[in-house]
Amino acid sequence: MTQTIDSSASLPSAPPTSFLEVRDLHVTFPTDDGMVRSVDGLSFKVERGKTMGIVGESGSGKSVTSQAILGLHNSTRAQVSGQIWLDGEELVGKSSEEIRPLRGNKMAMIFQDPLSSLHPFYTIGDQIVEAYRVHNKVSKDVAKKRAIEMLDRVGIPNAAKRVDDYPHQFSGGMRQRVMIAMALVCDPQLLIADEPTTALDVTVQAQILDLMRDLQKEFNSAIILITHDLGVVAEIADDVTVMYGGRAVEQGSVRDVFYSPQMPYTWGLLASMPRLDRDRKGRLDPIPGNPPSLINLPNGCVFSPRCVYRDRVGAACVTDRPDLTPVSDTHRVRCHIPAEQSQRIWLNELNPNL
Amino acid sequence: MVRYIIRRLLGALAVLFIVSLVTFGLFMVVPVMTGASPAYLYAGKNPSPELIANIEHGLGLDKPIPEQFYMYMKGIVAGRTDLTDGTADGSRPCPAPCFGYSFRYQSPVWDIIKDRFPVTLSITVGAAIIWLSLGIGVGVLSALRRGGFADRASMVFILLFLSLPSYLFAILLLYVFVYGLKWLPPTQYVPLTESPVKWFQALILAWITIGFGSAALYARLTRANMLETMSEDYIRTAVAKGLPRKTVVRKHAMRAALTPILTIAGLDIAFLLGGAIFVEKVFSLPGLGLLFVEAIGKQDLPVIMGLTIVSSLFIVVANIIVDVLYSAVDPRVRLS
Ligand SMILES: Nc1ncnc2c1ncn2[C@@H]1O[C@H](COP(=O)(O)OP(=O)(O)OP(=O)(O)O)[C@@H](O)[C@H]1O
Ligand code: SF4
Ligand SMILES: [Mg+2]
Repeated sequence: MTQTIDSSASLPSAPPTSFLEVRDLHVTFPTDDGMVRSVDGLSFKVERGKTMGIVGESGSGKSVTSQAILGLHNSTRAQVSGQIWLDGEELVGKSSEEIRPLRGNKMAMIFQDPLSSLHPFYTIGDQIVEAYRVHNKVSKDVAKKRAIEMLDRVGIPNAAKRVDDYPHQFSGGMRQRVMIAMALVCDPQLLIADEPTTALDVTVQAQILDLMRDLQKEFNSAIILITHDLGVVAEIADDVTVMYGGRAVEQGSVRDVFYSPQMPYTWGLLASMPRLDRDRKGRLDPIPGNPPSLINLPNGCVFSPRCVYRDRVGAACVTDRPDLTPVSDTHRVRCHIPAEQSQRIWLNELNPNL
Repeated sequence: MVRYIIRRLLGALAVLFIVSLVTFGLFMVVPVMTGASPAYLYAGKNPSPELIANIEHGLGLDKPIPEQFYMYMKGIVAGRTDLTDGTADGSRPCPAPCFGYSFRYQSPVWDIIKDRFPVTLSITVGAAIIWLSLGIGVGVLSALRRGGFADRASMVFILLFLSLPSYLFAILLLYVFVYGLKWLPPTQYVPLTESPVKWFQALILAWITIGFGSAALYARLTRANMLETMSEDYIRTAVAKGLPRKTVVRKHAMRAALTPILTIAGLDIAFLLGGAIFVEKVFSLPGLGLLFVEAIGKQDLPVIMGLTIVSSLFIVVANIIVDVLYSAVDPRVRLS
């Protein structure tokens, strides 16, 4: 994991003021078929106490991004470049062994599938105790008390007894709580939650999100919430990054992205968002077509093969890559449609139908 | 747990009963039906009909077949006193467990097996130590250094020993180390209790033959399991917790990757305990495998039968041990 790609050379090297700042992150996997550019120039900032939602279809690079922050990519199989600043410390240039003291301690992660993410052979107590003791010099008994306290905190009933159970003895929602307890056991200042609720039913999903919100208030941690569910983002995020084909295509506050989205892909996501107040028939309006191949990205705008607004712009869409351009202090958009025009399209053509 | 083991043991008894029934059928009944009584085997050339009748009577072969089988089964549990060589004072006592009496060896079958078993046990233990340590060691190492030099070198090792027929390897070893370099004396088995050095010299080539061949297989299996386990989500979780790589590999990956391998090893070891026929023959080690070969050559039916039942006993028992161990390691497995 060394900085090799030229574009990062031009980045400012001064530490940023934000708690977490990702600058021009690239993650590339060399494969037999070619270079898979899973993350291609992604930048964002998260402050403590705030939540950044990252949304995008499957394969847009959300998990690869989060794993890059924890330094989980295998250095022989992934090329990572750019800058990741966590609390004034740059992580991309560091070796795995240098990042290790931060993992699970200053920054922790909740993974998508809690059953496969917990070791089947060890009790959840053992696994939480292990996570605590690797960063805190305490006896096993003290760590176990801590584990029970955390399980209790995340709402596992009868925690003192269940601490000795194995992962397969819990339901999906309870397992996700265990994952959260394990991630929070060292009071991390940055919590990355990679689709923490995807596998869960709606009620449990709401409970888990409430829990994360409460814990955030209590510990003032920064959260990165990865999901393909815009509803979840609207509910608990402060800022949103919409990813497509490994890049950010729209970034802004939740207000910006939900009330004045300016980019056809975001529009598509919003249109396909299930809403309780919408009648069932016309509820889902998925974006036509498939995500791009990350090996051979289309010329011009990466979204152009699927974009129904392409005709309103003309040739630029298939010849020029649009840049991520600020449209306000907080809001940035990657699209050739001029800002006023896209605002009109949103307000007049789309919003009324949603 | 105790109830589970009791049930499994009862099941094992049933299996052994069926095995006995089938072997009994094959070895005792078929010759009678084809008209060639086993008594001819013991009677020398051109026996008189009375001699044959006497021997048949002495062995109980004149009784109805179900009764013969009953006597055989009862003999395993309680021993027998009814066997004779056909003459008036030719009683051949056969204490429990009695698997019949061999007139070829002039001894109860169980005593012969007991006598030969330490040889096979020595072969098995030594070979298993080699193949488990070498196979698992090479497999883990090459998985952790995937694509690197160690991985490639171990691939060569694996391919070599998987494609090299073990009889060729054994004969090669014999010619090089015994006849060529003369590092080892021509093999003559000596019990461990008599001379550890000679015991070792007699066995080392057998260990290497079986050990290296199986090690290649186990290395390939271990490597594949390790690679699969290392890409599991829970390994990623372990890394994300900030655990040192050593802990991730030893505590999280190896435990999961090696569990299925140890179960296979249990069965392989049980199988080998029934006799390593080929290796015992090449290196003249008088174990159960060689006994089996001799018994077939001499048409010594009681010995063949006894060996068949004893080797199936090993396999049945190993199955139970392996299942119980597996459930102790993997909490998802419920014994019921
Ligand atoms: N080790 C790897 N080697 C090659 N390609 C990879 C590797 N890991 C991820 N990718 C590719 O990177 C792309 C982004 O993957 P990522 O897991 O980040 O998607 P995601 O946005 O998290 O999707 P999902 O919503 O399905 O979780 C995918 O196309 C994937 O195939
Ligand atoms: S740049 Fe063109 S193709 Fe891309 S999203 Fe905007 S309108 Fe669609
Ligand atoms: Mg993902």
